[in-house]
Amino acid sequence: MLQMKTHYPDATRVEPINRHTLAIIVDNEPGVLARIAGLFSGRGYNIESLTVTETEHEAHISRITVVTTGTDSIIQQIKSQLERLVPVHRVVDLTLTGEAVERELCLVKVVGKGDHRVEAMRLASAFGARTLDATLTSFVYELTGTTDEVERFIKLMTAVGLVEVSRTGVAAMARGAEGV
Amino acid sequence: MSETMTGAEMVIRALQDQGVEHIFGYPGGAVLPIYDALFHQEKVRHVLVRHEQGAVHAAEGYARSSGKPGVVLVTSGPGATNAITGLADAMMDSIPLVCITGQVPTHLIGSDAFQECDTVGITRHCTKHNYLVKSIEDLPRVLHEAFYVAQNGRPGPVVVDLPKDIQFKTGSYARPLSNQHKTYRPTVKGDMEHIRAAIELMANAKRPVFYTGGGVVNSGPHAATLLRELVRLTGFPITSTLMGLGAYPASDTQWLGMLGMHGTYEANLAMHECDVMINIGARFDDRITGRLDAFSPFSKRIHVDIDPSSINKTVKVDIPIVGDCAHVLEDMVRLWRQGAHQADKVALKDWWGKIEGWRARNCLGFRNSTETIKPQHAIKRLYELTKDRETYVTTEVGQHQMWAAQYFKFEEPNRWMTSGGHGTMGYGLPAAVGAQLAHPDALVIDIAGEASIQMMLQEMSTALQYNLPIKVFILNNEYMGMVRQWQELLHGGRYSHSYSESLPDFVKLAEAYGGVGIRCDNPGDLDAKILEMINVNRPVIFDCLVDKTENCFPMIPSGKAHNEMLLNDYLGETGADIGSVIDEKGKMLV
Repeated sequence: MLQMKTHYPDATRVEPINRHTLAIIVDNEPGVLARIAGLFSGRGYNIESLTVTETEHEAHISRITVVTTGTDSIIQQIKSQLERLVPVHRVVDLTLTGEAVERELCLVKVVGKGDHRVEAMRLASAFGARTLDATLTSFVYELTGTTDEVERFIKLMTAVGLVEVSRTGVAAMARGAEGV
Repeated sequence: MSETMTGAEMVIRALQDQGVEHIFGYPGGAVLPIYDALFHQEKVRHVLVRHEQGAVHAAEGYARSSGKPGVVLVTSGPGATNAITGLADAMMDSIPLVCITGQVPTHLIGSDAFQECDTVGITRHCTKHNYLVKSIEDLPRVLHEAFYVAQNGRPGPVVVDLPKDIQFKTGSYARPLSNQHKTYRPTVKGDMEHIRAAIELMANAKRPVFYTGGGVVNSGPHAATLLRELVRLTGFPITSTLMGLGAYPASDTQWLGMLGMHGTYEANLAMHECDVMINIGARFDDRITGRLDAFSPFSKRIHVDIDPSSINKTVKVDIPIVGDCAHVLEDMVRLWRQGAHQADKVALKDWWGKIEGWRARNCLGFRNSTETIKPQHAIKRLYELTKDRETYVTTEVGQHQMWAAQYFKFEEPNRWMTSGGHGTMGYGLPAAVGAQLAHPDALVIDIAGEASIQMMLQEMSTALQYNLPIKVFILNNEYMGMVRQWQELLHGGRYSHSYSESLPDFVKLAEAYGGVGIRCDNPGDLDAKILEMINVNRPVIFDCLVDKTENCFPMIPSGKAHNEMLLNDYLGETGADIGSVIDEKGKMLV
């Protein structure tokens, strides 16, 4: 629960904070990511995860997936503020459109010998992670899953010699036949 | 029909095709090709300012007084950064501008070249949109699109950053059939279901109030006409924000005066006690709402705004209507008439009775003097002596601005140019230059303070160069008056650095620029000297020496609600100790 921020001394409302995943469809033009990221920082909104790449090459359209948190009214403001940007085509709140499929990919490098090395292999296989690289002292694993699965995997790997993590952030899509 | 020309020529041609008659600018290395293209034609008249910030404010004054977009041309680096304050001002007050900035050649971008700065990066947050044009093929589209984006939806400033090599490159130019952006399509027609619900709510209101803003002015004169029609049809009282003054005639009996921090007692109490609030083109700014959790506690709220992000931003509303004011007002007037809606006459009579009671407090009353000129009196006389002329008023920022808003009565939209959201000292003089250029035969007055005026004073030179007979009317109290007032309220009267030391002799200064200087320090001479000012057909600086300690009332102190206003101590409301009315929490606010 967070007290709503106001310019004035006493908070007026107490609203719960929720996590929302937004799909933002934009023209892939120079500076568009800076506009989106700058809007979040400039207005004091959170970004938990941000994933972006061009999805329609001929139309030069990119899809930005942002995971953010806020009260319902802040989430509504974020959507309205995003839609106000000229290169933004539309903003879809995947959290509101129903259970969305959310995945992220992580690369994990573990270094170790003996028991640690064996345990790392067992855990990787239990999680269904792929081995992308191996040396006599190290592995690089790839795991795709929900944010929670990735978190769990990384936490376990920490105990067996994790030295480096690279994560893509969340990619998400609404379930069902309809496209955004 | 496409023609072959250079990028610089395309800029000028696009301006001509957009019907631009005046641009405000300052040359420099990175825009020389455009200045050369300007040299070869006469359709677009260039006004040379003395500082790039002045160019942007002049374009704002031009835009706001004429309804046309303002156009600015500045060079790279310092040219662009000097323009920033003006762009931020236009962004806050939703003024349509197109600002063309020169940039170092594309191959030098990123190399820290001479007079290079990341203009699109720096202006991203203070423009509605911006472009860096890196290919000559994009230039015609971008130029026209810039005008579309600046003017459509909620208006705002658009920057087109143009590297010097693109200005020299040759390409083909054809005026696009449409200058629309390929996807940007703001909603202008309001949702009919919501408008119907709004009309229903209004018809059943017992204590309604219209609260209107700059959106009505931005929507054009037609919106102001429709607003007047709707207000008269309903018989409801109406108040407006600083930016909305003039959309409804101040002489009308349904007019309550401006609301907000320095608004009238009747307007603020009507907002506090209303049961239905009809917000048309205003944005619940913090200068308006005062303390949010005590803002208009009994009301159902209708909010008409072209910008969906204004809806529910700080104040929750019951009936949001996203659309252009003129379109929505047209639907509202039609539905009200069609449904033969009648306001609740009995309730409305009671409501007006209450309002008349508040009005009777005469919150703008002040104790006049025969010894010193009271600033309120000076504005009142200025209004009385100019009201029969076509008068445009600009202001700087501070006490004089609020007194102008309180005591100068505006009957028409587009006659009042002030820096509302950004609160930019120095706005008024260049804005007057722009307004005078748009209305050569009108009387244009910059109501100023002796501190603000020194921020853009160099633009006097521009006024002289182009024979623009603007009148700078300085309420000189030798203080940054609003700062002094807040120091009195909040900081125990410790007037830290708010005294205007070493002031210039404004009369000699006017003369040094080639204008006319007039000084007045005696209430008895005021009328004659104001008339002297009006009758000179040259730029004038009028140094009006006013009471040094006068405060601007009424005032909603920081952190207080609409029903906790401070009135002028002349009315016996505040007593001697105004230093204790703001509590510790309120002191944190601005």
